[in-house]
Amino acid sequence: MPDSALSVFMAGRNMARLMEGLWITVWISLASVGLSVVLGIPAGLLMSSKKKIVSGILRIYLEVIRVMPILVLLFLFYYSLSKVSGINLSAYFVSVLVFTLWGTAEMADLVRAAVTSIPVHQRESARALGLSELRANLLVIVPQAVRRLLPGVINLTTRMIKTTPFVFFINHPDLMKVGQQIVEVAGMRNHLASVWVYGFIFLVYFLICWPISLLSRWLEGRWKS
Amino acid sequence: MRDKFVLVLALFAAFAIFSAGTLRAAGELDAIKKRGTLRVAVFSDKPPFGFVNENGDNEGYDVLLAKKVAEDLLGDPSKVEFVLVEAASRIEVLQAGKADIVFANFTVTDERAKQVDFALPYMKVALGVVSPEKAPITDVAQLSGKTLIVNKGTTADFYFTENHPEVKLLKYDQNTEAFNALRDGRGVGLAHDNTLLFAWARENPGFVTGIDFLGSLDAIAPAVKKDNGELLDWLNAEIETLTAAGFFQKDYEATLLPVYGDTVDPKTVLLTPEELKK
Repeated sequence: MPDSALSVFMAGRNMARLMEGLWITVWISLASVGLSVVLGIPAGLLMSSKKKIVSGILRIYLEVIRVMPILVLLFLFYYSLSKVSGINLSAYFVSVLVFTLWGTAEMADLVRAAVTSIPVHQRESARALGLSELRANLLVIVPQAVRRLLPGVINLTTRMIKTTPFVFFINHPDLMKVGQQIVEVAGMRNHLASVWVYGFIFLVYFLICWPISLLSRWLEGRWKS
Repeated sequence: MRDKFVLVLALFAAFAIFSAGTLRAAGELDAIKKRGTLRVAVFSDKPPFGFVNENGDNEGYDVLLAKKVAEDLLGDPSKVEFVLVEAASRIEVLQAGKADIVFANFTVTDERAKQVDFALPYMKVALGVVSPEKAPITDVAQLSGKTLIVNKGTTADFYFTENHPEVKLLKYDQNTEAFNALRDGRGVGLAHDNTLLFAWARENPGFVTGIDFLGSLDAIAPAVKKDNGELLDWLNAEIETLTAAGFFQKDYEATLLPVYGDTVDPKTVLLTPEELKK
C-alpha cells in the first residue's frame, strides 16, 4: 500500500512532529487570544471614554494595525527591527506580540461598539446613584456589554487561530509548516501524501474551532433565558 | 516636568538603539566561537538539498556541508543550529542577524550580491522547465502567452520577468504549493533550477524536464552578511580546501546520487578545483 495514509503518519516520528507543530499553533493562539482579551477590554473602555486625546490615540492605533497585513507586522518585528536596532526577538515572541497587537486592536473596537450600544441612561442612572465612573463601568456597563460582545469575540478568536500559519514566514515551524515538510519528503514515494496530510490539518483546525462556536452558541442560549 | 521625562526617555532609547547597532560590528568569527554554535540557514522542504526527514532531523546536500563547516570551525559537526528558511527570506535572515551563513541552494546573482556577500561556489546550476509528458514544453517559444509557474524571488522568477515578458507568471512562495499547482494544471510548466527538476521529474512519473538548460550557468554559493570580511575569508579558504579534498563528491554520492540516479553526470553539478579558481 504505497499511497496509504498510514504509511505517511506512521513513518518515523511524523505523527509526533505534527503534534509538536500543533502545540506551537495552539500555544501562540492561546497566549495571544488571552492577552488580547485582557488588554482589549480596558483599551475598549478607554476608546469609548469622552477624553478626546485618549480615544483619539487608540483610534489611530486601531486603524494602523487594521490596515497592516499581519505578514508585514511579522516581518517588521522579526527582521526589520533587528536590522535597524540589533534587538533580536525570538520567532515565538514576535508571533505572540504581533497577534496580540492585532487582537487587542480588534478586541478594543468590539468592546467600544458593545459599550456604546448600551443606552446612555444606564450609565447616567448609575452615576446618579453615586457610583464612581469605574464602578459604573464594572458593575453596570460591562456585564450588559459582555453579552453583545460574545459573537464578535468568538469570530475574532477563530480568525486568529486560522491566521497562525503565517508564523512560518518568520521561521517558526507550526502545524502547517511541519505538514509541508512531511509532504515534501513522503510525497516522493506516496502521491497521496498531500491529500492525507492537508486533510489531517483541516480536521485538526476544525476540531479546534468548532467547539469554540458550540460554546458561544450555548452561552448565548443560556443568557437569553 | 513630564516633557523632561519624555525627553530623557527618548534620548535613552536613541542611545540604546545606537549602541546596539555598533556593538554588532565586532569580529563575527570570534562571536561564533564564543557562542559555540554556528547558525546556518537551510531549507526545510527542498529535498535533496535541505529537508527534514521523518524523524525530524535536517538532511540533504546543504545540511551535510553545514555540518562539515561546523566541524572545521568549532571542532564538532553537531555544533550547528539550523534556521529553517523560505526562499524569499534568505537575504532577510542574514541582514537581520538571525543566521551566520546561508546554505540554501542560493544562486549567485548581481542583484543579491548587492545585499549579501557570496563566498566561493560549491555547486553550479542552470534553469530548467518541467512539464507534463502529454504536453511537453521543449522550447521557450512554446510558453508565449501561456502561464508558467515559478517561485517568488528565485532565479527563475527574475529570468522570465527580465527576458520573457510575454510569458505569464504564476508565482508561489513555496515549493510545495508551486509543484502542487503544476499537478493541478494551473500552468503549462514550472521553471526552477534544473538540479531540483531532475530529482522531481524522476520521482513524479508523467512529468519531464523538457527544457534542461536555460539562461546562463549560475553558481550556488554560501552567503554571509555584507561587510563580514572575516567570516567570508574563512569560508572561501574552507570551500577551496573541501573542493580539493573531494568532499563535495562524497556529499553528492551521499545525498544527490540516490535522488538523481545515474542519469545525471555529477560533473554538471559539481565544480572542479580548476573551475573554482575562475
